[in-house]
Amino acid sequence: MNTEAPPHQTPTVPPGAVAPVVACEGVSVSYGSHCALNNVSLAFPAGAVGLLGPNGAGKSSLIKAVLGLVTPAAGRMTVLGRDVAADPMGVRARIGYMPEHDAHIPGMTAVRFVAYCGELAGLPRTSAMQRAHEVLFYVGLGEARYRSVDTYSTGMKQRIKLAQALVHDPDLLLLDEPTNGLDPRGRDDMLGLIADLAHRKGVNLVLSSHLLPDVEATCRHVVVMHQGAVAAAGPMATLLDQQGHLYELRIKGDGAAFAAALRAAGVECHDTEETTWRVTVPRSVAGADDASADGPDAGVQWLCAVAVREGVQVRHVRASMHSLEDVFARVVGGER
Amino acid sequence: MPIHDQGYQRYGGLRVGPGRAWQVITRAGIESFVARRAFLGLLLLSWTPFLAGAVQVYLSSSFEQAAFLAPNNKTYWDFLERQGSFAFLITVWVGAGLIADDRRANALSLYLSKPLTVTDYVVGKLAILLLLLAAVIWAPAMALLIVQSAFAGSLEFVRTHVSLVPAITVYSLLAMGLSSLTMLALSSLSSSSRFVGTMYAGVIFFSQAITRVLASATGMPVWNHLSPLGALDRVGQSIFGLDGAGQPGLWPAMALLLALVVSSAAVLRWRVRGIEVVA
Repeated sequence: MNTEAPPHQTPTVPPGAVAPVVACEGVSVSYGSHCALNNVSLAFPAGAVGLLGPNGAGKSSLIKAVLGLVTPAAGRMTVLGRDVAADPMGVRARIGYMPEHDAHIPGMTAVRFVAYCGELAGLPRTSAMQRAHEVLFYVGLGEARYRSVDTYSTGMKQRIKLAQALVHDPDLLLLDEPTNGLDPRGRDDMLGLIADLAHRKGVNLVLSSHLLPDVEATCRHVVVMHQGAVAAAGPMATLLDQQGHLYELRIKGDGAAFAAALRAAGVECHDTEETTWRVTVPRSVAGADDASADGPDAGVQWLCAVAVREGVQVRHVRASMHSLEDVFARVVGGER
Repeated sequence: MPIHDQGYQRYGGLRVGPGRAWQVITRAGIESFVARRAFLGLLLLSWTPFLAGAVQVYLSSSFEQAAFLAPNNKTYWDFLERQGSFAFLITVWVGAGLIADDRRANALSLYLSKPLTVTDYVVGKLAILLLLLAAVIWAPAMALLIVQSAFAGSLEFVRTHVSLVPAITVYSLLAMGLSSLTMLALSSLSSSSRFVGTMYAGVIFFSQAITRVLASATGMPVWNHLSPLGALDRVGQSIFGLDGAGQPGLWPAMALLLALVVSSAAVLRWRVRGIEVVA
């Protein structure tokens, strides 16, 4: 029997350097005349990475390219230090994939199904069965593990998809819309499991989702894709910080003229109600990039100055927090 | 700290390298069918011709008055032909859902995200049907041959019919391989195993009916060999040396079987993949 040691050790990297879990260099994927990925270069660091983008942005194509299910027309991909084109089997042995849609092997009980997936991934039969019991308890299906998967509810099917992705203890988990079809409690449970895996169990994972709160709750690094290219990427804190200071304003007076004045100064603003505006003041505009200035206060003063100049009353102003939704809206133009 | 931590644990044991996933698929598939009583019943039923053959062999070897029952090449050919009906039932029962059920449950994306190739998957599925068909075609025929030698108390029959063992094996492999490959290709075309089973039965019976009508209408017996079953019969007769000199249709029959194998392989290559490409 061909056996090998468990491949848990990360590949050798230069001292001080942190090897990316997934690295793409100029990757292009096309289906016929449709270009799904266009010269994509990115690196997923270790930990939890959120993969965001509207439908058709190329998220699923990227995941399938990582799995070696589609062959890029150009470019190179490495996963955990292994070249996907040269060693697709070695890469898949270290990846756990949870597909977006319902997927199971019909006619099997849950424990048999998960053990079978473990065996397919290279575990010996006894170990696969032992791991199947363990991961089914972990995902909360311990009491239902002898039931046929065909009889499972949508929420249980989501959990068992996670179990089959985990059974062989992958070094990288690819989760495609893991909270699809879950009720609020099921969603919280699933996000709890994902956060536990990423932050306490040391499993690297890529969470592809169109639900921004899911990514905000579990990931520290984000890649936003749009039209087959990377629109934004980086640590979430950095992306949010790049936006400048966000304020909610309620005004009385000529809102249109006020908005025009803000936009002329390079400030993003949009009205949420007739008299209420969300305004993002870049640090450079308000002078808040000066270390000696108090950022949010400087922004308020600048906004009030503009309001006075335009003859508009500021009835209420409140500093607010940027969300991932703001980043997403900025880079993909509000398309979801 | 809990007595037994049921949280997620890392795995530190051995892993088996890629290349044996097809065996996992085959073993799981066979186990799932053998666990069904009805299927086991069918398997047992398929061995009743063997029992009848064994009685025939016993009588012919034990009583001179029954010497006319002594088996020969034709006996074994007839035996294999009778097994064909059981092989058909097994093919439809087992084969129809082999890929169709996976397509229905979106299991292909699960399989192909594991360290196995499309070839591993197809070979694993194919081997399920091949092995179960071997249990109703090849195994009873060989068992009958062993029983005959045992009753005779010598290997004289095997020595005088030296081509019989390879003939049984080659024909069985041909019949099993053709049925398995064709059924697997049909199974990959749909997500409904009932539809696949019906389609397979339709192709087998309808093509035979059509070619028989054409043969009688045109007066050209070669048409009889241009359906899958007819072609298999024609090639089988040749393997067992039962075709008379000058009997036509061997090459067209072989060409048809080859075309079936190639087209089935092409269908499998086209249909079995981890993604649905919508251009």
